[in-house]
Amino acid sequence: MSAPRPVPASTVRQRLLVLYLSTSALDSAVVGWAHYDGTGRTSPTTGDSEEPPYATGVAALCDGWRLIQAAQLIPPYPGHEYEVSYLKHEFFFEKLVDLGDGR
Amino acid sequence: MTTTIAPKLLTSVQMAHFVSHGSLRLDAVVPPELNAEAVEVLRDGVRAAPHGTPATLAYPEGSFVRRLIELDELAGVLHSLVGPEPNIDHHAVHVRQPREGQAQPLHADAIIDVRSDAFDVQLMYYPSEVTLEMGGTLSVPGSHLRRTNESDTGRYQNLRGQSRLVCPAGTVVFMHHGLWHGGRRNDSDSPRYMFKIRFNPTVRQRRLWDTSDLHDPRVAAELDADFPWYEHATGRLERYNRVLLWRSLTGDEDFDLEHWVTRVSNRPRGAAA
Repeated sequence: MSAPRPVPASTVRQRLLVLYLSTSALDSAVVGWAHYDGTGRTSPTTGDSEEPPYATGVAALCDGWRLIQAAQLIPPYPGHEYEVSYLKHEFFFEKLVDLGDGR
Repeated sequence: MTTTIAPKLLTSVQMAHFVSHGSLRLDAVVPPELNAEAVEVLRDGVRAAPHGTPATLAYPEGSFVRRLIELDELAGVLHSLVGPEPNIDHHAVHVRQPREGQAQPLHADAIIDVRSDAFDVQLMYYPSEVTLEMGGTLSVPGSHLRRTNESDTGRYQNLRGQSRLVCPAGTVVFMHHGLWHGGRRNDSDSPRYMFKIRFNPTVRQRRLWDTSDLHDPRVAAELDADFPWYEHATGRLERYNRVLLWRSLTGDEDFDLEHWVTRVSNRPRGAAA
């Protein structure tokens, strides 16, 4: 039996964009945002920008971001209907970046 | 602390601003000579006191911190928010080092606090000018009533309408203990100092401010404030919770904004004729 051929190390990295929207609709306004960069080329952090990168979730789609997760709509727990807590309408997007030979 | 006669109590409009925003900011309220002294005092550190120590015992007469919190404006705000003779449960000197590379995650201090009729207050004092590059405190107006636990909000890097503190020397911010905040990344070549004290009330927090303007229409306007980061529907729940806090602070059980609480409390018991 011959030895398995080595798999070349992937040069593809994931960049993530998290958008918080005003309603559960993907075309509603962005109220919050976060970036995480798997290429290591940038280091986004808390409080580093004043204006959202996109006006709506759909605007991010139009710019090539792929939606990979959307928050479910979960009824409030009985007795806690009027409490406020975490942001509800959270959407995760990704872009795949090929580092190529320049990594 | 000498607060029996509080010299500069907040107005009802200012209190309503605190209830909606979760903070009050006083620019350059500390005089330059005290700021100059502060830099050295804070560099050396302030002696710790056990949790729950009366402020008057934690900070002896004549000490730097005692003179700071007895400034007319600061004593008046403290009295208005937490009343006379508060306890302190900790204090700390926070330093954002030059070029340190990371910001703090967005957080609220302590843990989830479900009290709807009491709150702690944090005094944050900036003895030197803070520029945008120096990593002034990030805070999120109107986030203080959210029931979130400490740094579980760390995923939220930026929210519309957030406040990135830029201020002159001697600025003090009073913060509701639930407000989301964090030290930003210091991208400058200078350290950024901030001194924080957490105050616990020892009396019921009811009408501790100057209530002579309680029925000023600007009170309701302040309480009805909207913030750009609120989700549309949750923004209504924020009003609901502010109404409950204002009712607790004033003792006025009929107070409401746009019928938000009254509508969902209406349960007539009388039989139809």
